[in-house]
Amino acid sequence: MLDTLKGPIQAVQEFYELTGRAIRNVTRKPHYVDDILLQMESIGVGSVPIVLLTGFFSGAVMAMQMGRGLQDYGQTGRTGQFVSIILVRELGPVLTGVMVAGRNSSGIASELGSMKVTEQIDAMRALGTDPIQKLVTPRMIATALMLPCLTIIDDFIGMIGGGIMAKVLFSVPGPQYWSTVWRALVWSDVGQGLTKPFIFSFAVSLIGCYYGLRATGGTQGVGRATTQAVVWASIAIFVLDLFIGKIFIAISQIGT
Amino acid sequence: MAELSNPVSHPSLLRFEEVSVRFDPDPPVLDKLSFNVRAGETRIILGAAGSGKTVLLKTAMGLIQPVGGRVFLFDEDVTNKPETELFNIRSKLGMLFQESALFDSMTVAQNVAYPLLNQKAIVIPRDQMESAVRKSLSFVELEHTMDKYPSELSGGMRRRVAIARAVVTNPPLLLYDSPTAGLDPITAHTIMALIVKERDANSTTALVVTHRYQDGNLVANFRYNPNSGRLDPAGPEGTNTIFMVMKEGRLVFEGNQTELEACNDAYVSKFVKRPELEAA
Repeated sequence: MLDTLKGPIQAVQEFYELTGRAIRNVTRKPHYVDDILLQMESIGVGSVPIVLLTGFFSGAVMAMQMGRGLQDYGQTGRTGQFVSIILVRELGPVLTGVMVAGRNSSGIASELGSMKVTEQIDAMRALGTDPIQKLVTPRMIATALMLPCLTIIDDFIGMIGGGIMAKVLFSVPGPQYWSTVWRALVWSDVGQGLTKPFIFSFAVSLIGCYYGLRATGGTQGVGRATTQAVVWASIAIFVLDLFIGKIFIAISQIGT
Repeated sequence: MAELSNPVSHPSLLRFEEVSVRFDPDPPVLDKLSFNVRAGETRIILGAAGSGKTVLLKTAMGLIQPVGGRVFLFDEDVTNKPETELFNIRSKLGMLFQESALFDSMTVAQNVAYPLLNQKAIVIPRDQMESAVRKSLSFVELEHTMDKYPSELSGGMRRRVAIARAVVTNPPLLLYDSPTAGLDPITAHTIMALIVKERDANSTTALVVTHRYQDGNLVANFRYNPNSGRLDPAGPEGTNTIFMVMKEGRLVFEGNQTELEACNDAYVSKFVKRPELEAA
């Protein structure tokens, strides 16, 4: 029984150790600014096309389904309100997080995994560099900066997609749609919508790094690390979403 | 041999005292290993695959921490030292990894410059950086590849670039992990000739892990001639080369080439090419 639990407990311990060292390195020299910018370009700019596509179609589908339901009550004019709240609070952060996890957790795990199995990580240590400082911290910072930005883009594009569907299918005038979108949102929604991707970013980057750095067994091991990184990063996003959502609900209830 | 053990003229650069390394739940990879490498020596480490040769080098470098015993580098105990404290002492070592371990995302020049830029203990003015990199690459006769990426080079060229990266900081102790593994005989000879050249041109101490006896034979019996740029027979003064044979994490032989060739142990004999055996 103890032997069965030993592996997962050790994995959690190693992950927290990696997280602690990566966060500690944020304030420590040397700062690899070039690597941070490079990762921001790769993680952030590189993910824009998939975020645009998923954002647009998720917003459009949501408007289509919401509009159908609201049609029964003659309330299609309020489609924008639902699209806006669901996108900003839940769907935008989660969908963007999962898409970026699929693209970047896997990318990070395979890149670091390849470096690990070809002894490049050992070489880095031998040549005077802390691999966590050089490889993990820049990816963590870049993801933390870019994921909220990508979420904002996803939300906005989703609203546009929803607006087009509302106009085409339910003849909701544009000004009315945007007015309900705008008025539905309160500051706590925006806070929640930006806090979530910020926290998800740590799961996306650090889980990718963790599985990459512990890859063993050649190319097969790299493939395994990549799969595990995507699976666990996606699961972590849904679990964290539940907890953050609950915390924000509790905070709003205290406010009232 | 008496002079070689003199701690003043030949200080200890690397010392293992009863060092054990184990990766649970497997049996020990290194089992109470003890030896002492003095300045000026070249140690050839022979052994079958899985006998612990690579782990020995990585433990010497502090990349793997032992579960027992002590490791001394330049007479400083480095056992279980934190990574940040090891960086300074590692700057006195150069290591050639088995698969070269060049950084794929960097050019050859950036790879060679990497230790100069990242070893805190090494301070080199920016304007001298390029000449240092060029000098190191010309040592391995690959000056023309500066702007290429490792993926554009052959296996032998990558190995030579990795040697250039290992020697660019002029470390007094060099660790070579299977420098000829997977190379054709001609390229393997070129690599070994570079190792001999580095030893004789810069008076470095080296540990060379290999499973090929001819690699050790070349190191033990030839010297680099700076005038002709070739290897010449070492002559009666020899080259201060010591052979070590490892088996299942233990050191089963330590001595010079004559002692190695005279050894009757069945396992040790497998690594030695004897004329009578070849004839048989």
